[in-house]
Amino acid sequence: MNGTISHWDLSTGVDGPGTRFVLFTCGCPLRCRYCQNPETWRMRDGRTVSADEVMAEIAKYHRFIQVAGGGVTISGGEPLLQPAFTGELLARCHADGLHTALDTSGALGYRASDALLADTDLVLLDIKSYDPAGYRTLTGGELGPTLRFARRLARRDVPTWIRFVLVPGYTDDPAMIDGLACFVATLGNVEHVDVLPFHRLALDKYRELGIRYPLAEVEPPAAELVERVRGQFQEHGLTAV
Amino acid sequence: MTTIDVQEYIQAHYTPYDGDAEFLCGPTERTRAVWDKVSAMFPQERLRGVYDVDTATPSSITAHRPGYIDRERELIVGLQTDAPLKRAIMPNGGLRMVENGLAAYGYTLDPQVKEIFTKYRKTHNDGVFDAYTPQMRAARKAGIITGLPDAYGRGRIIGDYRRAALYGVDALVEAKKRELHSLDDRPATEAVIRDREELSEQIRALGELKTMAASYGYDIAKPAQSAGQAIQWLYFAYLAAIKEQNGAAMSLGRTSTFLDIYLERDLNAGRMTESEAQELIDDFVIKLRIVRFLRTPEYDELFSGDPTWVTEAIGGMGADGRTLVTKTSYRFLQTLRNLGPAPEPNLTVLWSPDLPEPFKRFCAELSIETSSIQYENDDLLRPRFGDDTAIACCVSAAPVGRQMQFFGARVNLAKALLYAINGGRDEITGIQVAPAMSAVTSEYLDFDEVAKAYDEMLDWLAATYVDALNVIHYMHDKYAYERIEMALHDYPVKRTLACGVAGLSVAADSLSAIKHARVKVIRDERGLAVDFQIDGDYPAYGNNDDRADQIATGLVQDFLAKIRRRPAYRGAEHTLSVLTITSNVVYGKHTGNTPDGRRAGTPFAPGANPMNGRDRHGLVVSALSVAKIPYAAALDGISLTSTITPEGLGRTPEDRIANLAGVLDAYTDAGGYHMNVNVLTRAVLEDAMAHPEKYPQLTIRVSGYAVNFVRLTPEQQRDVLSRTFHTST
Repeated sequence: MNGTISHWDLSTGVDGPGTRFVLFTCGCPLRCRYCQNPETWRMRDGRTVSADEVMAEIAKYHRFIQVAGGGVTISGGEPLLQPAFTGELLARCHADGLHTALDTSGALGYRASDALLADTDLVLLDIKSYDPAGYRTLTGGELGPTLRFARRLARRDVPTWIRFVLVPGYTDDPAMIDGLACFVATLGNVEHVDVLPFHRLALDKYRELGIRYPLAEVEPPAAELVERVRGQFQEHGLTAV
Repeated sequence: MTTIDVQEYIQAHYTPYDGDAEFLCGPTERTRAVWDKVSAMFPQERLRGVYDVDTATPSSITAHRPGYIDRERELIVGLQTDAPLKRAIMPNGGLRMVENGLAAYGYTLDPQVKEIFTKYRKTHNDGVFDAYTPQMRAARKAGIITGLPDAYGRGRIIGDYRRAALYGVDALVEAKKRELHSLDDRPATEAVIRDREELSEQIRALGELKTMAASYGYDIAKPAQSAGQAIQWLYFAYLAAIKEQNGAAMSLGRTSTFLDIYLERDLNAGRMTESEAQELIDDFVIKLRIVRFLRTPEYDELFSGDPTWVTEAIGGMGADGRTLVTKTSYRFLQTLRNLGPAPEPNLTVLWSPDLPEPFKRFCAELSIETSSIQYENDDLLRPRFGDDTAIACCVSAAPVGRQMQFFGARVNLAKALLYAINGGRDEITGIQVAPAMSAVTSEYLDFDEVAKAYDEMLDWLAATYVDALNVIHYMHDKYAYERIEMALHDYPVKRTLACGVAGLSVAADSLSAIKHARVKVIRDERGLAVDFQIDGDYPAYGNNDDRADQIATGLVQDFLAKIRRRPAYRGAEHTLSVLTITSNVVYGKHTGNTPDGRRAGTPFAPGANPMNGRDRHGLVVSALSVAKIPYAAALDGISLTSTITPEGLGRTPEDRIANLAGVLDAYTDAGGYHMNVNVLTRAVLEDAMAHPEKYPQLTIRVSGYAVNFVRLTPEQQRDVLSRTFHTST
């Protein structure tokens, strides 16, 4: 089984719990305006690798991950654009005793088989907005599939972290956030909500790729705003960090 | 008859602690008053370079009258001179160093001292230059061998200062006399005569130690009876060493668990409260923070930020499986909170995945808070050196009181590669420094041809280097012998010749580029290879890619084999370090363009670090490349400095602590030897460069030690900023 990937990293504490091998697959149906990884948008920009090759790379870190605490995260791009490849990697990591996480927008959630979800210990589900129009503006895609996927994860009781990127002027509307918090609170399988302050660290990447960065003028949110939003989630009984 | 064995005493009497940090106390008003008083002097010292110097008194154990910070309030007394931050002159190492050091800060040497040390008394520095060969001088001048302790104290010898407290000085004198008389019936060969003279000097120094203590009103002839006395006796022994030697690194050893025995005893007997116990440690650490030596600007360029490497090894596991962590391990680390972060003492945690979890978390928490702790792999140290091992300087391990080292600075492996390509000529000056060898003349570098030339060049370099070190240490023993430190060692002592390499990542990447890409040579009108064009990609060291990493490990192993072919002075065992301290900046400055694409003058990566920005997969992957260098091939230590942003460790403070402890566990498990952990953002460092007055205590770990960031030269500050910050993106 082959797949298309952009790159891989070892990261700590940002792509799921502990120190993780993070595979960035290539290709994504969305074009989020604040995307940090524009190099992963198109499958043709990636390189083709076999699952065996990826597993061989992961094997080099198996021991480290086990001792440090952590696992493997399949991120992207959108890993569910390549569900068979992603599924095989999750299954094989799981079989090797590694904690597995899937970092997805949920836009292609319907492509995740039940078997794939059974091999996923944690889903990092990015819900970019709770307002359908706002979602479309921000991502170029539809909100519906993501919410359907969220409910499916809830029914299957897959442990989930909700990731919400806070972009001043785009995703800071209190009513929208309240709606999202209300929705998330009904799910029951969400361990916590990550409120991720928007930043512009990807600016250099865009420059290198010759792509205009649509949010170049947007300032990162003030600390008070971040706290307000976390508080909104907390008001619904959620853990927000 | 007393047998001297501190390790055995510790094992028989200490109380392991596997609880958390809840018991710790904050600073008392008294501690704050003493610390504030001395801290108030730091801005002036930073501004002028030194606070004050005694220009007329060559320092010795007894040369200066007692000095105090605040006589009424101090619990532990003793200063190097008669006033805090007043530096002493130590001309035995070299008069030029003293004169230049004084001149740099607007002082002049007392003429009488100058007369004595030019007319009547020869120095270590004079001796060395009498015996250097023209080639050694040339290699030194060209910067292919640098940082040699030929004009200053070699340091790195750790006396077992605990012995003063445990046995009292009189028992130590008796033991030394027995050692001396064990030689009475031996034929008077040169070696035996020297040993007798040295042992007699050691006995004399112990006498002076007693005299010095008496000047402060203490009789330390007998063993210490309380925790306060134990710390005081121990500190007097250490103070004697730093009064007499301006060694580059004057490490303390491994004292916290030893002192814990006394503190526990007093606490259990109700003679002391926890607050009073912490107060004693705080007061002791204040003293360790103000150890000062007079240095020259050239020295500061190599070892920036006025370091003294008062290294204290903390924690670790015992050979019997019990942890050596005690409450006093916590109390030492707690000084980073009670007194604020500081580069000294160089707090070094001996890490093992078997350490108690609460202690690991406490260390990780303090690392995140202060960036002031370094970690060394206790699981590598203990099987080799036993469980009473301390760290000299940054990464050099030795069992306390049983082994000493001849510090040997380092050679520049990257420059040596350029010498190989240029037939022994210097790539900057064109001077023939190494013996003429056939230069590489092809347009594109051929790996096998370069590797062969490099191998021959390193043969020459290793031989010249070891010979130079032999000269240095012969003369140091002769003219600046460490009497008091050696009095606190067993006889006979095991010796190592601690050689070192710098520029490992540049050399490894250069060879990788030559092997895996096409490297075209650009030669100037002198026929010197002065630049290189790289066509294609090459695997770089720091990505856990064996193609590059094996080149680096091979270089270390080969160079060790080469130095071992050259006999070492006094039968010392040759060891090797991959450590640069801050000299990576100077080394880079003196090295031309290299085949890895590095531009002339650009700093090397520090220690065993991969080159900045070439490690593309994050901190862990980079660290695992470094962990491949076998400790057995670099027993003098392998240094890795890692800088990560707080966000790069996790989203919440609890996550960050757990994750950092996990990374340290796994790095240790993977065989990684050393890690400096900095948890910082670039923005803070940039702000500190612009507004140093706002950050008087901002401490960062550089290769093997910690420095006040604001005391680095602007050049070094820029180097730190240019290093890879592992972030969350």
